[in-house]
Amino acid sequence: MARLPVKKTYKLFIGGAFPRSESGRTYEAEGQNVARASRKDVRDAVRAARSAFPKWAGMTAYNRGQVLYRIAEMIEARDSEFAELSTGLEEVERTVDRIVWYAGWADKLAQVLGSSNPVSGPYFNFTVPEPTGVVAVVAPDEPPLLGLVSRVLPALTGGNAVVAVAPEKHPLAAIELAEALATSDVPGGAVNLLTGHREELAPWLASHMDVNAIDVTGADDGGAAELERAAADNVKRVVRGGPDTQSPWEIASFLELKTVWHPVGQ
Amino acid sequence: MLRVPITSPLTELDRKKERAPVPKEWAYAPAPESRDVVSIKERYGHFVGGKWLEPSETYTTISPATEETLAEVGQATPEEVETAVAAAREAFENGWSGIAPAERAKYLFRIARTLQERAREFAVLESLNGGKPIKESRDVDLPLAAAHFFYYAGWADKLEYAFPNRRPRPIGVAGQIIPWNFPLLMLSWKIAPALAAGNTVVLKPAETTPLSALLFADVLRQAELPPGVVNIVTGDGRAGAALVKSEGVDKIAFTGSTEVGKAIQRELAGTGKKLTLELGGKAANIIFDDAALDQAVEGIVNGIYFNQGHVCCAGSRLLVQESIYEPVIEKLKRRLTTLRVGDPLDKNTDVGAINSKQQLDKIRELVEAGEEEGAEIYQPPCRLPEKGYWFAPTVFTNVAQSYRIAQEEIFGPVLSVLTFRTPEEAVEKANNTPYGLSAGVWTEKGSRILWMAERLRAGVVWANTFNRFDPTSPFGGYKESGFGREGGLHGLEPYIDFDGTEPFGG
Repeated sequence: MARLPVKKTYKLFIGGAFPRSESGRTYEAEGQNVARASRKDVRDAVRAARSAFPKWAGMTAYNRGQVLYRIAEMIEARDSEFAELSTGLEEVERTVDRIVWYAGWADKLAQVLGSSNPVSGPYFNFTVPEPTGVVAVVAPDEPPLLGLVSRVLPALTGGNAVVAVAPEKHPLAAIELAEALATSDVPGGAVNLLTGHREELAPWLASHMDVNAIDVTGADDGGAAELERAAADNVKRVVRGGPDTQSPWEIASFLELKTVWHPVGQ
Repeated sequence: MLRVPITSPLTELDRKKERAPVPKEWAYAPAPESRDVVSIKERYGHFVGGKWLEPSETYTTISPATEETLAEVGQATPEEVETAVAAAREAFENGWSGIAPAERAKYLFRIARTLQERAREFAVLESLNGGKPIKESRDVDLPLAAAHFFYYAGWADKLEYAFPNRRPRPIGVAGQIIPWNFPLLMLSWKIAPALAAGNTVVLKPAETTPLSALLFADVLRQAELPPGVVNIVTGDGRAGAALVKSEGVDKIAFTGSTEVGKAIQRELAGTGKKLTLELGGKAANIIFDDAALDQAVEGIVNGIYFNQGHVCCAGSRLLVQESIYEPVIEKLKRRLTTLRVGDPLDKNTDVGAINSKQQLDKIRELVEAGEEEGAEIYQPPCRLPEKGYWFAPTVFTNVAQSYRIAQEEIFGPVLSVLTFRTPEEAVEKANNTPYGLSAGVWTEKGSRILWMAERLRAGVVWANTFNRFDPTSPFGGYKESGFGREGGLHGLEPYIDFDGTEPFGG
């Protein structure tokens, strides 16, 4: 007699846990019932991100790099599952390599992006990059895994906490990614993943007063403009990048610069 | 060996006898700076394409200290703004972007030098039109404005070193809108990096303080800057809005209120135009019990009464450690009685005129709100001039974190005092506003300075000093205080395009 397989329930990833949507709704994608997050799930995810932010940002840069590298290890270990949920093994391998590349940036940002400034007067003046805070990511639909990772990693590498809206059409790779994240030493809440309708969720993130920046790469032109307008409510930083890019300047777009005037004397 | 006294007690006594008696009442002797150094025209147009464009509409600009009319200036219409943008575009396409960077640098050096040469003229004009004390326009605004041009001049032919492997290119036409608190200095913060990076500019000075920008046009003439590289249109917010909306502008740089900044961000949504915003603030100036108190009190005064508190990074919230609350407040109040409020052109003046009627009304409204909410007000005895716009230096004690005077930017000489017990509490209170432009920390402990600096969510942290600026030091905000940096290497970035270069990976 054939064995009946145990099917997975596809849930959200908030604060390191896997809750169903508080709305009790799902939508069908890639042949599965996937949680359809609501405004309240957005609220919970932003709260989780805000409370995880000090811990993630407060880690040593070296440590953050190690945790990011651990994500790459976890994905590599499940590469065949990820390959099935994305465009194939090549996408998975490029994803892993991209994460490793970003992992190596964590402890180099201050050196590449900071400066010491020769001011007049008895002050040691220096500029250091710091994370912006809570970053919302509206992930592109394609490529399902690499697109999401390409947008989440720059913000995460910089020490931000992320709330990402998963690719609406291909959410299963995102959920698989959540499971990899949950086992990779990333503090709970540093990355939160919401599945559901982009047009329903993104505007709440764009206008949320406790979100500091938003990546609108996954929105179409009209949608991106709409999100950018809403983002002005609390002067959010708005980023629109590519679905398949890697650059330290993408990390820099989720960083602030702090300049300190430190007195010099005896 | 016996020490030989330098003066014998006898001769000292003799000298005292000869001395005139010390008067009991000192009459104040004003020391006004001469106005003659600057000549103001009766009427100004817009400076477009190297020529004066006759404006179709005008308004009068005044001295806020006396309400006297200084000149008639143009209120730019959208058409006039478009003419200026077209002139900037023409200059960008046909000349400026093709000129050798080293030559571009030399124009900027010339501007810096000319500002130094004509410094007093500009300082007097700045105080006349803006109301700020001549002491400040002479010793702060002008030296810094010239230094800013000098600093960025040197970058013009070194951009590849600033951004290695990124092939930096100018953006095109920059639309720049500046505030009335440091008219010429904000002009230099905007124009210097824009030109150094090879862009052309349309600048709109603030409605109430257009004159130093219009005099700056004469510096450009003397520097022989090619026509159209810098264009100046004057007017109120309508002119600024036209500049923001203009399709020929590739980048907007705005310094001003958070409210207007948000409106600009909304307006530009979806256009792909670059934007930098330097907006409001509500900075905490944090005094620990081990700080050098007299020095700290000077820093508090400089933090909030400098330029009548018309400073976006002003230390408008004083956070005092509880154990030293009383001595600090006592010293502060005593110091306030020695501030001279009055004629901006008087070299002894510490606090000048409020920039406009509108701003004075705003300050009054918030001060009334502070009193109504239950804060305790202190103002030193001082006689304010009858004409013009004035507000006495003000301190509020017994302020709760939720009061409007602890949350909203007043942009006037009004200080709100709060207390704290632990460094953690100081950080918590300091960060508890939507703003994040600047902060001050006063302590003798270096490790505590850095501990605090790490935790304060602000773009500039001053330790044992306040309101200090330098062209090499990046300035700009966190959160609702805006984004982008002005000054330093980082201040070039908003004026540069890096498209098509992915030096690493990609």
